[in-house]
Amino acid sequence: MTTTSWKPTAKEIVEKAELFTSGHRACAGCGPAIALRQVMKATRGPTIVTNATGCMEVVSTIYPYTAWKVPWIHTAFENVAANASGIEAALKAMKRKGRLAHENIDVIAFAGDGGTFDIGIQALSGAVERGHDFLYVLYDNEAYMNTGIQRSGSTPHGASTTTSPAGRVIPGKLQYKKPIADIMVAHEIPYVATASIAYWQDLLVKARRGLETEGPAFMHIFTPCPRGWRYDTSKTIEIARLGVETCIFPLWETIDGEYNLSPQSKIFALKPERKKKISGYLKMQRRFKHLFRPKFKHVIDEIQHRVDERWNRLLKRCNMTQSD
Amino acid sequence: MNKTLKGWKDIPIAGVCWKPATQYLTGDWKTFKPIHDAEKCTKCLLCPMICPDSAIKWNQTNEEIEFDYDFCKGCGICANECPADAIKMVREGGE
Repeated sequence: MTTTSWKPTAKEIVEKAELFTSGHRACAGCGPAIALRQVMKATRGPTIVTNATGCMEVVSTIYPYTAWKVPWIHTAFENVAANASGIEAALKAMKRKGRLAHENIDVIAFAGDGGTFDIGIQALSGAVERGHDFLYVLYDNEAYMNTGIQRSGSTPHGASTTTSPAGRVIPGKLQYKKPIADIMVAHEIPYVATASIAYWQDLLVKARRGLETEGPAFMHIFTPCPRGWRYDTSKTIEIARLGVETCIFPLWETIDGEYNLSPQSKIFALKPERKKKISGYLKMQRRFKHLFRPKFKHVIDEIQHRVDERWNRLLKRCNMTQSD
Repeated sequence: MNKTLKGWKDIPIAGVCWKPATQYLTGDWKTFKPIHDAEKCTKCLLCPMICPDSAIKWNQTNEEIEFDYDFCKGCGICANECPADAIKMVREGGE
């Protein structure tokens, strides 16, 4: 696979038409809405979007209004990848029969963490195994936010949600977050990337690479949610950036299975002393408030330990071990 | 009674959203309003990139940043992130 040389300038991007418009009814300071806007700015031509049930489906198409300027299909929680496969197969058949006016039409599937980590993983696994040519974008806000903040497979250890509440005995969610991007790498698909809304240029380039990939591409975007993570609406980008700086959400991509750290994370591999402690990241969010009680202090150390463990494993995969 | 029921050809096709969301103004949600200081602004174009509501626009003709208060929900991300400190949040409706 060839990597794109596309380097968007800010001016070029702001002058490009909005395909995901204003007037959607996401909460003030919504992280996923920023991710969708940025991904739609990276499209290269005619695009069909399909959206699993989730926050972004609900807020963007409240009858009779739609915030989409592209053909858009809503589907259930579990089958957005199956839907994207069908669209791609239909486009292929129409092209073969000479009934397609366009040279190329891109297919993007959007889903939240509930529709990917938990409910949609079977359809996703099947679609990438069949090798359909589409970009799957996971916007990860770490719980089922639109139904009332229930824990998902993506909710991090120690977070309090309505179905994993923190109490006197239990410090929020007991399990750890599923490493979904690594699971997708294990499917041996041509392109997997993680991105953060705090670094728009990196995100746009990765989205474009995903679209240009022949075959399935998967993108995991870190999108803080003010409502569910319980922080002030103005801090969305700050927390997204802190996620990268603490290495709880490192940015990397794999091209044909080869791991590559992105520059925003590489700096912490080269200068480990600049990597921030996880407690600052946890402190900003009230879903982790209980961890600062003396009783649960040890949970913060556990989280830090797990973050370091995963970070070191990633460095090994990228051939960037800290001892070098 | 059956005569009053509509047949399947008469009812609208299910779930087709036909009005653009830009007709639905979300600007009245806000408590705080961003005020842009053109003097301090370096036009780095970060704010239109990170606005969740596409409410910060780049005017190509006069090369200025413009706020669309019809859609701005007043989240304050732009004011928090502005590297030149050119955006301030003030309470809607004055003091």
